[in-house]
Amino acid sequence: MSDALTSLAPAVAPRAQSAAILPLAVRDLELRFGESVVLNGVSFDLSATGCTMVMGPNGSGKSLLLKLLHGLMQPSAGQICWGDHAASHATARQALVFQKPVLLRRSVAANIDFVLKARGKDAGRRDALLDHVGLRHKAPQPARLLSGGEAQRLALARALATDPEVLFLDEPTASLDPASVLAIEAIVGEARDRGVRVIFVTHDTGQARRLADDVLFLQRGRIAEHTRAADFFPAPQSQAARDYLDGRIVV
Amino acid sequence: MKIKTLGAATIATFLAGAAWAQDQSIIVQSTTSTANSGLYDYLLPMFQEETGIQVNVVAVGTGQAIQNAENCDGDVLLVHAKPAEEAFVEAGYGTSRTDLMYNDFVIVGPEDDPVGVSGMEDVQAALSQIAEDGALFASRGDDSGTHKKEMALWSDAGIDPTEASGEWYRETGSGMGATLNSGIGMGAYVMTDRATWISFDNKQDYEIQVQGDEDMFNQYGVIPVSPEHCPSVNAEAAQTFSDWLVSNAGQEAIGSYMVADQQLFFPNAPAN
Amino acid sequence: MADAFGLALQLVFSGDPNLHEIVLLSLRVSLTATVLACLIGLPVGALVAIARFPGRNVVLIVMNALMGLPPVVVGLLVYLHLSRSGPLGFLGLLYTPTAMIIAQTILIAPIVAALSRQVLEDLHSEYAEQFRSLCLTKLQTVQALLWDARYSLLTVGLAGFGRAVAEVGAVIIVGGNIDHLTRVMTTAIALETSKGDLALALALGIILLVIALGVNAAVQSVRMTAARQAYV
Repeated sequence: MSDALTSLAPAVAPRAQSAAILPLAVRDLELRFGESVVLNGVSFDLSATGCTMVMGPNGSGKSLLLKLLHGLMQPSAGQICWGDHAASHATARQALVFQKPVLLRRSVAANIDFVLKARGKDAGRRDALLDHVGLRHKAPQPARLLSGGEAQRLALARALATDPEVLFLDEPTASLDPASVLAIEAIVGEARDRGVRVIFVTHDTGQARRLADDVLFLQRGRIAEHTRAADFFPAPQSQAARDYLDGRIVV
Repeated sequence: MKIKTLGAATIATFLAGAAWAQDQSIIVQSTTSTANSGLYDYLLPMFQEETGIQVNVVAVGTGQAIQNAENCDGDVLLVHAKPAEEAFVEAGYGTSRTDLMYNDFVIVGPEDDPVGVSGMEDVQAALSQIAEDGALFASRGDDSGTHKKEMALWSDAGIDPTEASGEWYRETGSGMGATLNSGIGMGAYVMTDRATWISFDNKQDYEIQVQGDEDMFNQYGVIPVSPEHCPSVNAEAAQTFSDWLVSNAGQEAIGSYMVADQQLFFPNAPAN
Repeated sequence: MADAFGLALQLVFSGDPNLHEIVLLSLRVSLTATVLACLIGLPVGALVAIARFPGRNVVLIVMNALMGLPPVVVGLLVYLHLSRSGPLGFLGLLYTPTAMIIAQTILIAPIVAALSRQVLEDLHSEYAEQFRSLCLTKLQTVQALLWDARYSLLTVGLAGFGRAVAEVGAVIIVGGNIDHLTRVMTTAIALETSKGDLALALALGIILLVIALGVNAAVQSVRMTAARQAYV
C-alpha cells in the first residue's frame, strides 16, 4: 500500500481551492421532525486540520449531524459555515462514507471509474486508488460480491477519488473484523496526515483513541462536550461521556 | 455506444419501411370473402407476371373497405354491394364501376336440419320457416356486403329478425369466417357466400341447406379510386389492374379458379 | 390439438418460406417497436422516477392507465393519422411494416415507461443519498440508474415485447394483413381462424408461443448470469 502512496499523493492531496471551506463554525443548530427534536442548540468550531471523532450513544444524533454538515439535509434552525460557505455549497468538496457502503452494480474498477468520470477527474488514477486501498487485484470482480471490509475500502477509495477536503465517515467499521478495521483506519489516518479534514462517527472507543485529535460527544441531541483527545480519554468532562466510556448505558 | 448503434439501426429500419410501397404496387381494398377464398393468391401472380405490378390486398368488410377507399387508402375497390358501390362512384370517389363476377350465397345448417329447410329453393320461404320455428340463425351483423344482402332477403320475406336479436337471431359483428365459426359452434343456420364456404375448413357436420335462388346471387364490381378525389393514388396501375380483370384474360382466369373441383366465381364482365 | 402440434412441427421443419417470412416480420416489427419504445419509455420512466414536481401523481396515474391502451384503439388512431387523407398521409406509410412499428411503439412505450419508473425508483431509493453526496447531476443520476438497472430493465423490455408480438388489434388495422408485406404471426392466426383452418391457426399459435418462450428463456439466463455477479 505505502509504495503506491508516493505516486498517489499528488493526485489525492486536496488542491488549493478558492475560498477555503475550513475552519467550520456551527451555531445553534436545530433539527426537528414534527414534534420530536433530534438536535438542539448544537454549537461548535472545528479547526482546519486533524481528525474529529464524533461519539455518543445510539440515537444521540451523530449520523444526522454528519448529514447536516455534509449538506444532505437542511437544519430546522441555526447556521453551518464552512468558511464562507453554507453546507449545501460545500458538499462537492467533501465526501461521506456510509456505514453500509452503497456500491454500484458493476465491477470494482467501474465503481471508481464512474466517480472519476462523473466528477471530471483523471481517469488514469483508478489503479493507483485501488492500489491505495489494496483492491487492485479485485478490479474486474463484481463490487457487490466483495467482503464487508473490502466493500468499505472500495467506498473509501471512491470517496478519495473526489479529492475531498473534508472526509466524513459514519461508523464505517461497525460490522467489520479487526484486520479490516485497522486497514481502514490506516487509510483514513493517511488521508488526515495529507491534510484532509476527517470527521468520523464511531462507537469504538479504541478506534477513537487511535485516530482522534479531538472528540465531539453528543447526548440526546446536544453537545455534551468537545475536548482535545489527549484530555478526553483520561478524564472526560461530562458525566455522560464518563458513563459512556465506562460502559454504562446512557440515553 | 451500443445504444447509439442500436438506435441508428432502428431508425434505418424505420425509414426503410417508407420505401416499400413504391410506384409499381397498388393496394386493393377488398372483402374478406374474396381474400379468404384464395382467389387473389391465384389471380395476382398471373397479373404481376404480365404487368410487373405488385398488388397488395387489404381484406376487410365491405363497409370498411369502402370507407378506407374513401380515405384514399387504396387504389382499387373490389367489393360486393352494388348500391353502395354506385353511391361511391356517384360521390366522385371512384372513376367508374364495372361488373366483374358473381358467386352466390347459400344457407348452411347442421346435418340434421332441425327446421327442415333442406332443399328449399325459395330463400324467402326458408327464412320464414327459420323465423317461425325460432331456429338459431347467426348473422354477420357488421354492415358488410354479405350482411346487407342478408338484410335485404329478410326484408323481402317480410321479417325483421333484429326484433329477435339475442334470442334466436344472433349478430356476431364479425367477419364471415368468424361468424361461421360461432354459428357452427352454437348450431345456428348461417348465410354465407359459396366461395367462403367451399374453402372453409371447419365445417364439422354442416352442409348447404338452401341454394340456387337467383335472389342469392352476389355480384362483385371493380372500381378504380378516382385520382381527382385522391391525387395520391396510382391511377395508371389501378386502371391497368381493373382493365385486366374485365379483359378476356382476366375473366378466364377468374372462371378457372377451382377449389375442391368447384368453380367459386363466375365472371360476368360486359363483353369488351 | 394433436393435429395442430403435428402441423406446427411439420411447418417448422419443412422450412416453409411463407412461415419464415411471417415469423421474421413479426420479430422485426415487434423488436424494432420494443427498441423504439425503450428509447422513449426508459428516459421518461427515469425522469419521473427521480424528479419531484407538482402534478407528478397525475403523471403516474396517466402512465399507469396508458399501460392498458387497447391495441385496436391505438391501431385506429395511427390509421387516422397515416391514412392518405390523414395529416401524415403524405408519408405513404399506411399498410407498411413501418406503420405497424409505429402502432406497436405507441402501444408499449407506456408499458416500458411505467414499469421502468417503478424499477428505477426502487433503485434510486437505494442510491439517492450516495449520489447526492457525490453531487451527481440529474443526467448522471439517470444514466447511472439506467445502467445499473439494466438487467431489471431487460425484463421490462421483455414485457413490452411480449405485448407487441402478441397483439393483433393494432397491426391488422394499420398493416392490413397483406400477404408477403405486412402479414405477421397474429394476423395470420386471425386469418386462418376466419378461414376455419383452426389446426393451422393453432399451429401458428404454438410457434408464437415457442418464440415467446425462447425469448423469455434467453432473458432469464442473462438475468441469472447477472444475478450470480450481484448485478441485479
